[in-house]
Amino acid sequence: MNMETSIPASVIPSPVVRDGAGLRKRVRRTFRQIRGEGAFRSLLLIAGGLLVVLVLGILLTLITQSLPSIRLLGLKFIWGSTWNPVRNVYGAWPFLLGTLLTSFLALLISIPFSVAIAIFLGEYYPSSWFAGALKNAVELIAAVPSVIYGFWGLAVLVPMVRQLEARFGMEQPLGVGIFSASLILSIMIIPYAASLGRSMIQMVPGHLKEAAYGLGATHWEVIRHVVIPYTRSGLFAGILLSLGRALGETMAVTMVIGNTSILPKSIFSPGNTMASVIANEFTEADKTVYLSALIELGLALFLVTVIINIAGKKIIDRVTNE
Amino acid sequence: MESTIIKSRNFNASFGSNHVVKNVNIDIPRNHVVAVMGPSGCGKTTYLRCINRMHELIPGATCRGMMTINEEDIYTMHPIFVRLKIGMVFQRPNPFPNLSIYDNVIAGYKLNGIKLARAEKDRIVEHSLTRVALWNEVKDSLMKKGAFLSGGQQQRLCIARAVAMEPEVLLFDEPTSALDPISTSTVEDLFHELKANYTLIIVTHNMQQAARVSDKTAFFYMGELVEYELTKDIFTNPRDSRTQNYITGRFS
Repeated sequence: MNMETSIPASVIPSPVVRDGAGLRKRVRRTFRQIRGEGAFRSLLLIAGGLLVVLVLGILLTLITQSLPSIRLLGLKFIWGSTWNPVRNVYGAWPFLLGTLLTSFLALLISIPFSVAIAIFLGEYYPSSWFAGALKNAVELIAAVPSVIYGFWGLAVLVPMVRQLEARFGMEQPLGVGIFSASLILSIMIIPYAASLGRSMIQMVPGHLKEAAYGLGATHWEVIRHVVIPYTRSGLFAGILLSLGRALGETMAVTMVIGNTSILPKSIFSPGNTMASVIANEFTEADKTVYLSALIELGLALFLVTVIINIAGKKIIDRVTNE
Repeated sequence: MESTIIKSRNFNASFGSNHVVKNVNIDIPRNHVVAVMGPSGCGKTTYLRCINRMHELIPGATCRGMMTINEEDIYTMHPIFVRLKIGMVFQRPNPFPNLSIYDNVIAGYKLNGIKLARAEKDRIVEHSLTRVALWNEVKDSLMKKGAFLSGGQQQRLCIARAVAMEPEVLLFDEPTSALDPISTSTVEDLFHELKANYTLIIVTHNMQQAARVSDKTAFFYMGELVEYELTKDIFTNPRDSRTQNYITGRFS
């Protein structure tokens, strides 16, 4: 029996017609893809533009809301060292100093640890079980809510600092203050510098390290003369990221810094940062000028962060081009 | 009679359970150029990296057997001293990108924490760059970054960097495979010059290069040393059929 004639003609697909329709369909789909491409691009543009508008909006709000305070106090707001809402005197200098002191002190304490962790994870033991555990622990440090650091600081760190102060023979060992806040901050900011540093160190080309080994360098000498110079800008960027985080951290600092508006005399004095003042006093601000002064404090914090970021990027550029 | 500088006996190297160099016995004569050739994956580069103990830097890499320099066991010496005696030039030119030409040449001293007087440094830089026929090309731009040089110049800079440490042996791991033909011939010419002061071991997958530059040639195949003879003999009258097949291009 002849199989070919037994199949009805309608079942056999006609290649010419089907291909033509398929091609048309495909072309139409391509047009849709081109239209989709345009829509996708506008979506990206909107998302990006929205962010710029948002940042400008925040800045604008801060400026307009702090106008009453700016009008009343002018530059005295920045240099004045008395903060007395009852007498309507608002000088932010103690808080500006408190913010810069806690942040840079925290940075100073954390840099050795974060760089060491970055080198350990990136170069020494990138794939042992201990490195895995350490990496997770470092990531966890970033994930813990800051109020929990505040609790831990009050319960553990502050008593320890108080004992230290008593041993140094200080008249009023409080425990709370700039130093305790810096200690808490230094722990909280380790992950930023450590994880960025680690990924930069892992990107150092193997052939450069081999060149140094081939010249008789030890592991330490390779790190010192090849890995660190190569990753300088990355390590610095990580440190900058840490600093940005330290400047703005509010909750944990508020809980251990002692909250006094007096100019700190030493790093063991209680004090306040700009962020902690805002958090503490915002609900009590019953006068327009008081509220406006707090918002101006926010504006100042915003500007300090921006200035430090720009300065840091300039330094990174210079270090990279060297 | 020529004296042997590098000697290996029953030498084996592995990556984990992958046995890549099998029972290699070889005597490298002093002040000669020895080419090591063979198809990809034959273990020639691994063998080369065992000579100055670069092999063990790779996690999971192991080796066993005897390897000596001047009758001294390389594997009981400290690897740092081994690498000072046995310099290495790699496949890709790898000058330190953040250092000037000058600092690249003396990088070995800096890395090892050896302090030198300025005059001594100048002497080493000029001497080493002259040795690799690069001095005249770069003497006016010594403070420029090494990365601005052409590929061939960079590779000669890397040779100068190795030569600056005054090693006894220089290892070359496919030193011209990333270079253009003209740069390749400049580097090949260097081998003849360097032979007077150093012993050269050159891994190459380019048979013509082995024939052009070497006094003796070792042919590796599947991790074994198949044949090790004077270069002119191995290319004109190979004893092993595998060597014969390789040099006539029946496999590559």
